[in-house]
Amino acid sequence: MMHIFCPYCGELREEEEFHAKGQAHIERPIEPEACSDAEWGDYLFFRNNPRGIHHELWIHAVGCRKYFNITRHTVTYEILETYRMGEQPGITAETLAAEQLAQSAAASAASSTTQQTGDARP
Amino acid sequence: MTETRTPSRRTSSGGRINRETSLNFTFNGKRYQGLAGDTLASALMANGVDVLNASFKYARPRGLVAAGAEEPNAILQLGSTESGQVPNVRATQQALYDGLEAHAVSGWVKSQKDLMSRFLPQVGKLGGKFMPPGFYYKTFMAPASLWMTYEKYIRKAAGLGRSPLENDPDIYDHLHQHTDVLVIGSGPAGLLAALVAARSGARVILCDEQEELGGSLLSMSGDCLDQTLDGQPASEWRDAVLAELAACDDVLLLPRTTANGYHDHNFVTLHERRTEHQADIAPVNSRGARQARSRLHRVRAHRVIMATGAHERPLVYSHNDVPGNMIAGAVTTYLTRFGVAAGDKLVLSVNNDHAYRAALAWKAAGRDVVAIADARSAPSGALVEAARAAGIRIITGAAVIEARGDRRVTGARVAAIDIDGFKVTGEVEELVCDTIASSGGYSPVVHLAAHTGARPVWSDEVHGFLPALGAPMLKGFDACGAANGSFSLEDVLVAAYASGVAAVEACEYPVADTIVPAVSALVEAPMLPLYQVPHDKPTARAPKQFVDLQNDVTAAGIELATREGFESIEHVKRYTAMGFGTDQGKLGNVNGMAVAARCLGQTIPDTGTTVFRPNYTPVTFGAIVGRHCGALFDPMRYTAMQEWHVAQGAKFEDVGQWKRPWYYPQGSEDMHAAVERECLAVREKVGVLDASTLGKIDITGRDAREFLNRIYTNAWAKLAVGKARYGLMCHDDGMVMDDGVTTCLAEDHFLMTTTTGGAAAILEWMELWHQTEWPELDVQMTSVTDHWATLTVTGPEARALVGELTDIDLDRDNFKFMEVREGMIADIPGRIFRISFTGELSYELNVPANYGQYVWETLFAKGEKYGLTPYGTETMHVLRAEKGFIIVGQDTDGSMTPEDLGMQWCVGYNKPYSWIGKRALTRPDTRRDDRKQMIGLIPRRKKAGDERIVLQEGAQIVFDPDHAIPMPMVGHVTSSYYSPTLGHGFALAVVKGGSARIGETVFLPQADGSTLEAEITAPVFYDKKGARQNV
Amino acid sequence: MSDATTLDPQAVTDADAATRSQTSVIDQRPALDVHLQTARSPLAHLFTARADANAGVVLEEKAFLGHLMLRGDPAQSGFAEAVEVALGLALPLTSSTLNLNDAGVSIQWLAPDEWLIIVPGEEAFAFEQALHEQLSGRYQVVNVSGGQTVVSLSGAQARQVLMKSTPTDVHPRAFPVGRGVPAVFAKATLILRHVSAKEGESEFELVIRRSFADYLGRWLLDASEEFGVCIKA
Repeated sequence: MMHIFCPYCGELREEEEFHAKGQAHIERPIEPEACSDAEWGDYLFFRNNPRGIHHELWIHAVGCRKYFNITRHTVTYEILETYRMGEQPGITAETLAAEQLAQSAAASAASSTTQQTGDARP
Repeated sequence: MTETRTPSRRTSSGGRINRETSLNFTFNGKRYQGLAGDTLASALMANGVDVLNASFKYARPRGLVAAGAEEPNAILQLGSTESGQVPNVRATQQALYDGLEAHAVSGWVKSQKDLMSRFLPQVGKLGGKFMPPGFYYKTFMAPASLWMTYEKYIRKAAGLGRSPLENDPDIYDHLHQHTDVLVIGSGPAGLLAALVAARSGARVILCDEQEELGGSLLSMSGDCLDQTLDGQPASEWRDAVLAELAACDDVLLLPRTTANGYHDHNFVTLHERRTEHQADIAPVNSRGARQARSRLHRVRAHRVIMATGAHERPLVYSHNDVPGNMIAGAVTTYLTRFGVAAGDKLVLSVNNDHAYRAALAWKAAGRDVVAIADARSAPSGALVEAARAAGIRIITGAAVIEARGDRRVTGARVAAIDIDGFKVTGEVEELVCDTIASSGGYSPVVHLAAHTGARPVWSDEVHGFLPALGAPMLKGFDACGAANGSFSLEDVLVAAYASGVAAVEACEYPVADTIVPAVSALVEAPMLPLYQVPHDKPTARAPKQFVDLQNDVTAAGIELATREGFESIEHVKRYTAMGFGTDQGKLGNVNGMAVAARCLGQTIPDTGTTVFRPNYTPVTFGAIVGRHCGALFDPMRYTAMQEWHVAQGAKFEDVGQWKRPWYYPQGSEDMHAAVERECLAVREKVGVLDASTLGKIDITGRDAREFLNRIYTNAWAKLAVGKARYGLMCHDDGMVMDDGVTTCLAEDHFLMTTTTGGAAAILEWMELWHQTEWPELDVQMTSVTDHWATLTVTGPEARALVGELTDIDLDRDNFKFMEVREGMIADIPGRIFRISFTGELSYELNVPANYGQYVWETLFAKGEKYGLTPYGTETMHVLRAEKGFIIVGQDTDGSMTPEDLGMQWCVGYNKPYSWIGKRALTRPDTRRDDRKQMIGLIPRRKKAGDERIVLQEGAQIVFDPDHAIPMPMVGHVTSSYYSPTLGHGFALAVVKGGSARIGETVFLPQADGSTLEAEITAPVFYDKKGARQNV
Repeated sequence: MSDATTLDPQAVTDADAATRSQTSVIDQRPALDVHLQTARSPLAHLFTARADANAGVVLEEKAFLGHLMLRGDPAQSGFAEAVEVALGLALPLTSSTLNLNDAGVSIQWLAPDEWLIIVPGEEAFAFEQALHEQLSGRYQVVNVSGGQTVVSLSGAQARQVLMKSTPTDVHPRAFPVGRGVPAVFAKATLILRHVSAKEGESEFELVIRRSFADYLGRWLLDASEEFGVCIKA
């Protein structure tokens, strides 16, 4: 049972108030007739299924009835960010990877003896 | 029923029981007495009841092992009446009350025998070598076709307890809680953390699964070995803290409340047993009203502090399951808290100091401590010294390797052991005793911390798993005290204070002054890791050494599993059933992993970590369901005319959550007779349908028309004010998703209707497009479904009847088909839509719903002379099907395009905007000629009476009935009825390439082996030109 | 769905201002005598008067009020002012709040572009007209009076009843007077608002859809049972 911050209500609310609507940032081609069948098929049917960071479209159905986006980790269910329609995510798999890289570089620079290995198990 | 034993094991003084108040109870039909403050377990022990159950697989006698939630054996059936039966109650968690009736769960033995004799006659004998680990998998793998038969017996055999056969007379409920800090566990850690939070002004919930709050403080005997907090005895400190907490407005104290599940983002389910300590069935409250027997708290906490303590691990030695074998801490608890000694002569087998308390308490109660076998070569702590000073014999470097006895321990075999070499090194000494208490160390109770998938982390320092604090699945989650591996009281309090402060800071309250109580010193020496005790025979041949008592998993079984190639502990668990079910590995998991690790020659963390799932202990279905049962199971939505429908004896049909009149039987009519009468009334006179459930959406804005153009498949550019049009909606994959009539009320104002079931989804769908793709369009939408009551008056007499109610000019030329008018209807302002779903002359009256029943009744007052007949959804279905009108969701299944439905007329390919679904309709797959297309079917009539043939909805259609099985299925029936108007059955169906096959015959193989024949027709059966609705 | 570009309200305001809505508005309230004789409220069948001086829960259906849904973009120039002129109440722009006055008029924020206006039933049409007169550009006013009813919930145990029913946090710290939200309630939804707190006793209003009224009414009676219920009729 997730706790979700609605960017329009500006509050955390219970998951029961929301409906998930699939992958975010799926753009309907401006000129559908100009699309090949393959392109149209991509738009209609193909979605990401990442193990990790996922940008999702949700609606605050029992609330302001606004659609918005959630950046969520599909394993930990951590919600990293919610943002309004029309906005771009501030956190992506790429920004997180870069951050981690910078952190480990800083850590190894700071100390070569106490290295944090974390849980390496899959 | 007459035997009453005098409690013989009760000590003469001490404990938190009330020796003045005795309570009667029965176990397996025998009467006993216990004391107020007893648990069922302590009362049974006081009465000398050793054997409480037969084990799951081997049918061995089993007794009490523990004093809390970790008890694996004493899982009993409660209830004095059939309706009051409660299965799977741990005797250690059930407070005693007067009149309590408990039974062993013994039904399984018979089931097990049935299973064996039915499928394995050659086995002929129960258990033992015949049921090795993996038994079920190996034995019942094949043939697959018999699995269903096996399963029935296996389920019975595996069952623990039984459900009541009668309805539960009790009620249960839910309470939604929000708190800053949820503290789980009320031992010293939980109490101090809660106190820090409460003093700082935070909203606090403190829960504990036991009858009283206080946790381990309740088991302190108050003697000189107990530590003091700020110079106070532990119990006094506890009382003072609880009194302070209870006085805070925003602190909720919940004893008898188990945190059973930890879910995402600090959502925790607490199961509060509210009256289970009082009676079988909840007594009424002071107002005489029913109250919930138990309650599920659904808690959203900003911070969770897990202070759940630790479970003591038993040592794994041979015959460690014979009644009289217990964990050391339980022996202490029964003595100090309940004033009950588990027996007379105790042998203690330990690897740590803390467990010495059992021997000291035993001795203090005037019982005989035969010996303490300590696996350490030179134990030295304060408790050890106290034992020596009390004259207790300590055998060092040794352990109990085997218990003697059958239905009760009669002796212990003690020997010096070499832990690293895993062997017995010295002579075996036989000690006479009736109780063996063991302690192999303490496992932090990390279950909750693992429920969201954060794997606990092994600690070589603690020799146990710790919660993976800091993992992303545990944000805002903290643990302290023994649950996080702090075992000395001083460490516990320091950690708890830190957890409390961290929680308060996270909730952004100023931290109030609280001082960690000073604790009197108690030196404890380190423990020595020991799990399975070596025997003088190898594990495989030694008498059984139980790891998981509830699931009858032995060390030899785990050894066998590793020999058979199961190397991951998760696989070993599934193969052996270790930690399954209600046990969730409380006592056995770490020992089992240690055995597996030893067999595999690796460390425990190498063997894997262990994961626990909700629920921590069983939760009754009643508590899960709460008040969502009976009439409140699910919302039932009613229209404004519901009372009239009920008064007329209507039968109702579920349409989503709506209850719609299905038909109105008169006298002894069955559905068929009623529907035939209703159909003919509409076709010949006039009928009325309550159509209020249709979705209605008010749409305004300068771009409303353009919006409709994009959402609907057909064109809306030229719909004039006052006119209505049927519209079809597709998903962007070109498949039909909804339909309805939309009316233009003003140039920038439309009223859309949707299907009954689709109302909410369509509004959400349109908002989706408006909010995400076309925010530039000036269009606003609001649901008015509940606002308008809708009465569909239809039939040749409709005009005459409606004319008696309204001032609106109904003249056929002034108010044409597919037009709307506003005016008064029975003195109520409203609108009339001239639209038809029956093919007859129809008027849909819309009035504000507060007046719906009045207008409906007025209609009937005027309608008698016209033969006005109310009709329900079944008649509506027949009438519309006769006209070939589809019902989305019945005739469509999300795979039908408008063209598949023969509705090309409703597709505006030339609209400028590429409307939703258009592009997909030119995909090769949607252009195939052999798609399933909507057609009509008329059953072939070969003899008298065949006109009554009604094809089954959903029946599969084939072209060639003589084709070998499996026959190619080419379509199915979507709607099928008997038409009293036509005088025969008819159906709508989809058939591959069907629209080019009009006049052909198709076949419908029946379940009984016969085959029905039907002719493909156009899907309009009545008034093909539509003349009747245009009169 | 794609990323809609945020609409710039100023860009459209000028063009829109010229166009008055032509929305079809009808007075949906019959003559008073007809109304008194014919109207049937959604909870009339369930909330029959029940006296209990010691009741922990007090329920009352506030039937036949005027319910108007207002949609529009408050960033449009003059929008908030127009609403205030029409209602005599400021447009709430803070999420999940409501403004109300002694004349029985209230306006509640539901979404950045949606508000619920509740007025005395016989004044619904006048307010609807006033809103149409004052507002221009992108907006919508819809009369939904027949589709909704209001239940007043008060009494010492009112909050307990809410806690049994809704995952919304109703603690006074989290749900003060003047707050209102759509809420999951049992297995349905409603709009929950905290309208007053006199001498420590709160009054909540539950705005309920007509078709769910029977279910929600039964749920409320059931949840209140253990505390004792008084129903004002």
